[in-house]
Amino acid sequence: MRQGYSELTDLVLQATGIAKSFGGHEILRGVSLDVERGELISIIGPSGCGKSTFLRCLNFLEHPDEGTVRVEDVTVASARHWRRSDEVQAHRLRAHVGMVFQSFNLFPHRTVLENVMLAPMQVKRIGEDEARAIACSLLEKVGLAAVKERYPDRLSGGQQQRAAIARALAMKPSVMLYDEPTSALDPELSEEVLSVMRALDREGMTQLVVTHDMRFARAASDRVLFLEAGQIVESGDPDVIFANPREPGTRRFLRTLL
Amino acid sequence: MKMGALMRHAAILFTFCTGLLCAGAGYAATASEREVTAPFMVPGAVDSQDLPWASDGEANVPYVFHDPAHEGRITGFEYELMQAIGTQLGRNARFVQNGWDGLIPGLARGLYAMVIDGIEMTPEHKAAVLFSRPYYVTVDRIVLRKGERGPMSLTALHGHVVGTIKNTSAERLLLAHDAHDVRSYDEETNLFSDLKNGRLDAILIDEPIALYYTSNELQIVGEPIGRVAYGIAFSKTNPRLRDAVDQALGALIKDGTLYRILARWNLWTPYMADYMGEQAGPMPPPTAWEDYRATMERMSGSSVHAMMQRYVSFLPLIFRGAMMTLGVSALAMVLAVGLGLLLALARAYGTAPLRWGAGLYVEVVRGTPLLIQVLFIFYGLPAFGVRLSPFVAGVLALGLNYAAYEAENYRAGLASVPRGQSEAAIALNMTHVQALRLVIVPQAFRTVVPVMTNDFIALIKDSSLVSVITLTELSQTYIRLSSTYYDYVGTGLLIALAYLLVGLPFVRLARMAEKRMGRVVGKGHH
Repeated sequence: MRQGYSELTDLVLQATGIAKSFGGHEILRGVSLDVERGELISIIGPSGCGKSTFLRCLNFLEHPDEGTVRVEDVTVASARHWRRSDEVQAHRLRAHVGMVFQSFNLFPHRTVLENVMLAPMQVKRIGEDEARAIACSLLEKVGLAAVKERYPDRLSGGQQQRAAIARALAMKPSVMLYDEPTSALDPELSEEVLSVMRALDREGMTQLVVTHDMRFARAASDRVLFLEAGQIVESGDPDVIFANPREPGTRRFLRTLL
Repeated sequence: MKMGALMRHAAILFTFCTGLLCAGAGYAATASEREVTAPFMVPGAVDSQDLPWASDGEANVPYVFHDPAHEGRITGFEYELMQAIGTQLGRNARFVQNGWDGLIPGLARGLYAMVIDGIEMTPEHKAAVLFSRPYYVTVDRIVLRKGERGPMSLTALHGHVVGTIKNTSAERLLLAHDAHDVRSYDEETNLFSDLKNGRLDAILIDEPIALYYTSNELQIVGEPIGRVAYGIAFSKTNPRLRDAVDQALGALIKDGTLYRILARWNLWTPYMADYMGEQAGPMPPPTAWEDYRATMERMSGSSVHAMMQRYVSFLPLIFRGAMMTLGVSALAMVLAVGLGLLLALARAYGTAPLRWGAGLYVEVVRGTPLLIQVLFIFYGLPAFGVRLSPFVAGVLALGLNYAAYEAENYRAGLASVPRGQSEAAIALNMTHVQALRLVIVPQAFRTVVPVMTNDFIALIKDSSLVSVITLTELSQTYIRLSSTYYDYVGTGLLIALAYLLVGLPFVRLARMAEKRMGRVVGKGHH
């Protein structure tokens, strides 16, 4: 839920001047974003605008060429030569950030329950019993208690994506990043996933979603960012942006979708 | 007798290395220790009484061979001669089995003090080793099928298909005379059975071999051809032992011991009389010869019952061979799987020097024959101060070789794991090492298992190559049993069965692993 315009804003994530090129081609041209705790932000824009790359720069799956990212009390700056100390810092930052992928990326050699228990046990050194308890309650929450002993390939896409959300939540992140979480799903399976995300929003989870689902972006987001050619062209209240886009790029993009 | 081309190459290589070898500190120390207690050094001796000597006791009648009448007993006229030389030197002669190709390299390595195996004293051989004085002189003879009228002289052999053993004076004679229809064999047994079944018109070979391998269906014809002298071989660095053995040999000639041995084996000939002088007294009866002929007679006319009994008597030997094959293969597999994974990880994720190093290793090991690697590790490494037991050397050679193949399998397996898997692991705050260990490698492994099963079965079969470094595994057991009893079919079936039984547990294990992992194979994740 939106925290409102209180005077003491609680910025859980701050990205400043994120730039990234691939082979001389500029994908991001200095993108900055402040995220308040509890916000649900949808990032929209045409294909190739850099929205996925931006998301992946926030947890350093992609190393930005320029800019810094702060999550909670950990700040990581871009580095021309990525060193071990940079990786250590990125590792600390990722402790606060969960991520969900378009292709789910569940570990196929482990059951759903093991998928959720693995990182807490291996990374956080939590005992097996405690990890199991956490995993079971999260799987219950996303509606997968009945299938937790199954291997991922025995689940529907919607179930797999909910398992992936549970897996990310098990690390108790402050921020969840979603990279087109429903693009690989049929509409009714998408709905299973989106309703989990709406429930998390109600609980106060901070979520950034790269999406092509405009209905969800408009109905569920606190804020929408429109990215084009590696820059945030327009951002604000979803109702305002969808009903009355200010920028010609946004208008063009929204028109092609209708 | 034969001297394989490989052996000659190895001999040249190791003559070259001998200087290095002797410069090795360990070798020099033991040598000087021995010089205090004895006037000559005895390489390979386990104590001050030991006199280890080597020969290839497979299909080597009447030189050194496994007595078909007494399982586990070695006999032959050279065997008896070595016993007598041991007695002369006040030491216990101890037989060491080594494959023909390994005999001279083993001498250079100091595994034993001397080699006796009908080695002809040719100039090429003299370049590689030191020889004693001749202990036997003989000739080449022509063998034909009985009752047939064939070529009776060297000139008459022209235009016929003639068989002989590789690298013998007979082969050289034949090649000089008539190069195009000479068939050279490794094994006496095969040579003579090919004459019997009509693949050859005639055989030209050393007289002792002709005498012992000529069965009822064959006959020795014509005049003796050429002259052959056998000597005992020593390392070039050990002339004092050679001199001591020459002295002992002289004494055995003088007191008639050698004469009695040769007479018992029916090997006393006019050429020996020429060489040693006429011997006094009545000639001892050829008892060893008669025993051998009687045994072979008994075997060839054996009933099914006797055959079954013989096969049962083979079982302990085959079991020991199977255990050796299993032990070498299983340990080599463990090494191959572990090292293969490290190589693959180094190639996929290592720094540049690691990547190149692992790549070079894989290419070199895959690009060179396993046999050379086995010989190099066992006979070559001592030049650099690394002396391994045959078992360790065998495991190491096979393991290091197969590691290269497993590395390539793993590499393909690692590449087949979608990129999203490692991203998901990193996003879950795993380190790169954790991502590899918990997510990537287990998935790579599951795609690699079926290929690996194939490789392991191949490895079990390739383990037969360790017989060149004195290990008696299943193949060596087969060669030994079949050439001792001239029974290739029954023994072959027994050995084949043993190989299948050895391989079966691995196939089952792999099946189980595949099954367990099978349920997660299939769905791609992109």
